[in-house]
This record gives sequence, C-alpha cells and structure tokens, in this order.
Amino acid sequence: MPSATSNPDGADDPTDGVRIDMISGARMEGLTGMEKIRLILDGVRDGNIVILEQGLSPDEESKLIEVTMTEISPDDFTGIEIETYPNPDAGNRGLLDKLMGRESTQKLTVIGPANRIETLHKDENLISTLVSRT
Amino acid sequence: MGLLQNLKDSISRAVDGLFTADEPKRIGIYGPPNAGKTTLANRIARDWTGDAVGPESHIPHETRRARRKENVEIERDGRTVTIDIVDTPGVTTKVDYTEFLEHDMDKDDAVRRSREATEGVAEAMHWLREDVDGVIYVLDSTTDPFTQVNTMLIGIIESQDLPVLILANKTDLEESNVKQIANAFPQHETIPLSALEGENMDEVYTNIAEYFG
Repeated sequence: MPSATSNPDGADDPTDGVRIDMISGARMEGLTGMEKIRLILDGVRDGNIVILEQGLSPDEESKLIEVTMTEISPDDFTGIEIETYPNPDAGNRGLLDKLMGRESTQKLTVIGPANRIETLHKDENLISTLVSRT
Repeated sequence: MGLLQNLKDSISRAVDGLFTADEPKRIGIYGPPNAGKTTLANRIARDWTGDAVGPESHIPHETRRARRKENVEIERDGRTVTIDIVDTPGVTTKVDYTEFLEHDMDKDDAVRRSREATEGVAEAMHWLREDVDGVIYVLDSTTDPFTQVNTMLIGIIESQDLPVLILANKTDLEESNVKQIANAFPQHETIPLSALEGENMDEVYTNIAEYFG
C-alpha cells in the first residue's frame, strides 16, 4: 500500500500549492491508534493538509494532542490545527455502547500545520478555514 | 476479543470505584489557556483552606505543571464533600514561542516557556486519561466556545464518562456571553461565574457538591 505521505510524481515543491491527503475510513480502519497518529503527523509535518473521512476516537484525539506536544520545536514545528464538527450525539450513547467502549468517529476531520491553516469560522454546521502556501 | 476486553475494563473500573468511594475524588480543572483556571482553583482553595494553588497571570501558559491541592472540604447543606483540586495547564494543539515575545520576554525565555508549556499540555492530557475522577471545564465567556480544543476535550471527557461541570467564567466583563457557551454544550449544565470577583461562587459550590460528592 503506498504511503499517504509519499509523492509518486516527485512534485513535492510546497511553493507549487498545498497538498491535501484525503484518507478513507477503510484505510484508517486497519491501523492501530499510534499508526494513525504517525500517519497524520508525518503528513502534517511535511506541510500537507490531511483530511480524514471518519475522524479519530476521543482517546486517539487525546493521544494526538499529547504526541503533537512532544514534537513541537522552535522555528520548526509549532503544532497542528484540527477541525471537526461538534458531535451532537456525544452525550447520548446507549448503555451498551458505553459498556462495550463503542464510540462514534463518523466525523470528517481536517488537520494541518498550525502555521498554514487558520480557522475563520466554526459552528455546528459550518467550518471555514484559510489555508496558506507558506 | 476486543468486546470482551472492553467489558472486562468496564467491570474493573466499576470495582475500582467501589473500593475507592471514601477517598477524595480528584477533580481536574481543565480548559483552554487564559480561561481563568488557576484563578478559579485559587478561589476555591482560599475559600475552603486559606491557601492558594499557584500564580495567576494574563500571559498564556502561566501554569505549566499540573498542581494538586489535596483535601479541600466543601460544606453544603449540612454535609461536607472532600475533593482534591487539580489545576492543569491550558490545553492547546499548538504552541508558538514567538507569541511570548509580545509579552516582553527575550527569545531564550520565550523558547523555554514554550517548551515547558508543551510538556504541561501533554501532562494535562495524561492526567485526563488516567488520574481524574471528574472535570470542571472552565471557559472564558467573552470568547467563542466553538473551538476545536473545546470540542475535542468535551468529547474526551464524555467518552470516559467523567462527570463534568462547565463554568462560564469572566462574567464581570462587559463582553461576557454565557448563553453562547450554554448553546455550544447543551448536553451539560453551564454555570456563570467570575472567579476573579467571586461572583456566583455559591452556585458553583452547590454544583460541585452535587456532581462530585
């Protein structure tokens, strides 16, 4: 399976534009939590925008924040910008779902380098972001 | 296998809860940077123990280590609720040292502060996953609550079935908009307060006793 962060054409020059990796739910399904986080952060650290079809679980989001913090370094990587819609059903999981640890991750998620992506507006139904080339 | 493991973990958590019921619950004070978490922690600690928890500042990431104040006894309606307060660093997904330069810091100090801030955020996330029994989520009611950090953190807290109180802080400021926060998280009760001025603390303590007692 080709890496989401490799470019088969070799056209990696960031001045050409902004690269967007759209990763399907099926692609993420077979990965462990740490593999998902690595896939995301490797892409973002290369300056790409990563779009996840199905998002991360709350536990994976928590670990993504933690790992991101360990990788921040002055003048190199300032962290990530991440956007998903608020989950209106989050507080309404059934007892069986809670007991079995089932969590809904069906939420489109956009992640990019903090210095290249800026959120202009966000509410329950709309996320508007500005992506810069540098 | 995964289902069985989840079931086993759930039973294990329930059993742990039974045997630790008499110990003070650790209540984490969470929220984004500059929401007033330490001001609230100090207000609670001073009101019930006479001590403070840590220094307050308008500069983001003043709190860069989680601080615990143990055995805070809150009296409500003739009964006493004992909790440990854990004041945590503000959670964010990004830290840029250049933002600290705007607060009259030289580059070395700004870089050191940003490094400590990132360690503090990671520590706060670890506490949330492993070591708190309930959460007081503090928001600055003068700012937009629809941020990703708020959405993610509330989601993480809900996924762990932790009791959570949402506090809309800074109601002493003219731009305060408590309704906006209540609308953002309608599944939880939102309590307005000014931790700085001590406004509406009675309602805060009543709810702490009710949620975490």
